[in-house]
Amino acid sequence: MTTHLTTELAGPPPAPGIFDELSKREIRRAVLSGIAIPGYQVPFGSREMPVARGWGSGGLQVTLSLVSEKSRLKVIDQGEDAGVNAANLRRLVVNHVGCEEETDTREADIIQSRHRIPEQPLRDGQVLVLQVPGAEPLAGIVKEMDEQRRMHAEADYAKMWVRLYEDVVHNGLVTAAAGYPVLVEGRYIMTPSPIPRWDVPKLNGSQAITILSAGREKRIFAVPPHTHVVPLTFEDRPFEVEHTPGAACRLCGSADTYIVQEPARDGQFSTWACSDTDFCRRRRAGDAPATVPHVQPTALQAAQPSEPAPPALVQPAAQPARRDQEETA
Amino acid sequence: MSTAATAPPTTSAPPTWALRTEGLGRIYGDPGPASLVGTGPDFGTEISPATGAVVAAWDVGFEVAPGEALGIIGESGSGKSTVMRCIAGDEQATAGTIALRGVGDGTVNIRDLSPTARRKLRLQQISAVYQDPAAGLNLDVTAGGNIADPLTAIGWRNYGSIRQRAAELLQRVEVPVGRMDDAVRTFSGGMRQRVQIAKALANDPPVLLLDEPTTGLDASVAAGVLDLLRHLLEETGIAAVVVSHDFGVIDLLTRRVLVMQHGRVVESGLTDQLLEDPQHPYSQQLVAAARG
Repeated sequence: MTTHLTTELAGPPPAPGIFDELSKREIRRAVLSGIAIPGYQVPFGSREMPVARGWGSGGLQVTLSLVSEKSRLKVIDQGEDAGVNAANLRRLVVNHVGCEEETDTREADIIQSRHRIPEQPLRDGQVLVLQVPGAEPLAGIVKEMDEQRRMHAEADYAKMWVRLYEDVVHNGLVTAAAGYPVLVEGRYIMTPSPIPRWDVPKLNGSQAITILSAGREKRIFAVPPHTHVVPLTFEDRPFEVEHTPGAACRLCGSADTYIVQEPARDGQFSTWACSDTDFCRRRRAGDAPATVPHVQPTALQAAQPSEPAPPALVQPAAQPARRDQEETA
Repeated sequence: MSTAATAPPTTSAPPTWALRTEGLGRIYGDPGPASLVGTGPDFGTEISPATGAVVAAWDVGFEVAPGEALGIIGESGSGKSTVMRCIAGDEQATAGTIALRGVGDGTVNIRDLSPTARRKLRLQQISAVYQDPAAGLNLDVTAGGNIADPLTAIGWRNYGSIRQRAAELLQRVEVPVGRMDDAVRTFSGGMRQRVQIAKALANDPPVLLLDEPTTGLDASVAAGVLDLLRHLLEETGIAAVVVSHDFGVIDLLTRRVLVMQHGRVVESGLTDQLLEDPQHPYSQQLVAAARG
């Protein structure tokens, strides 16, 4: 009887490979706990993976515990499906599980990423798996882990606010560029992995499940669908996203997507290109929404004239997205 | 001392005191009654001969009314700072009652509250100023940032309002507002102590605990800080407990005083009377030393 039960609990017989069924179960349990308590960091027994810790081992474990043979898997590195790390991780999972490779965000069931959330708004049923290099938003504020946990338990986040205050005093604005701290469902402060500020509003009220996993710190946390995710900022200092006036993607002409500078033939960084290669390709093919509806004035504070712009050229997020589209393919 | 004059909280009217303690005790080691035998001023020690426990404070009771300042004086190791730390919640008292008018109209023994609830009291009900500014401040944060800490903790989220409040408080403690955005580490000892006082007053707490607030400052700077404290206590209607080994400080700031020795209160009364006519031999010794 007992033997029978344990066999049943253990699930399918162990397949030769990199991840056993019981470990996957543990990850799924941690993911479920994370979804039940949005933003709370759930400890889990991070396994050894065939990639080094810090190279997406946390995300890989979550992806492996979620994919089936029928899943369509998209993996991106800096928004690009063809990045070395992304291609290798995707190939690793596909060879191991036999699932389908996918690059079109709309078609993917599971999207693993580190630095970006795709421009295409995610839909119900999709899972975004983010690889997190540093899970603890309070790590730079208090050193003792016991104290960090106490602060989370009591929602005692005054020191985080003091840090934001100091940032504004010294720099005129909150300077956090990636992994901007957010308050999840009014309770836990979370670091959303090193995504740019541009992507932070996409977490708010998302239809998809976002699972964040740190293999090195052994923490899994999650943002369930339709959850409030609010970037921390003072009432009189609206949250701002990256924007460079006049810059647009060299390939698709978009000015309403996250664009990055790239070296031109002369070695100068004078041109810009979309970070999300899938979305850029679809824009050129006329197969993408004309404006990206993530950054909505309702999701953010109303646009107000802000501090003198720092070199990074930040402007209020509520700037209406541009519509001019030049097919430059 | 606490007598039967104050009725137990049977009436619904709020008490006249802001802070009250009764039978407060703190024992390091075996907390049983065996530890008490053979300790106290009569035996000249606070260490229990039977159990080796240290009876740092025992049976300390007093009331402080709003606008009143109570002094606790005694030599190093007499238990005066232990009493303060037990009230502040930095340590857990072994025995006794601590009540604040602001918490359930004084009917709640805050010693029974959870550590979480005790920490919350420190935001709006009770503030402490320590001898070492580093104990109450983050020296690497600006003066304004240190004051922003208690403000954001109770929900202030407007940068402009926080700065305005911080500037007001710094003005009140006579720190030049132009230095608001400098790290406290760059401040002199007296200025740091003033910032610590400003932080303690940020949320207008009804009770303020001062633990040797001017010890470690040179005489002229200490005089300035004392003068400031005297004015603040007069103006704000705050209830203060001043712990010091210096009769000069106690004389300047308080009207009533407890004298502690070996963990017990040996004498209490009006500060000026006690200074003029001390009864207990230990008080006489302290006064003689102060008159030196």
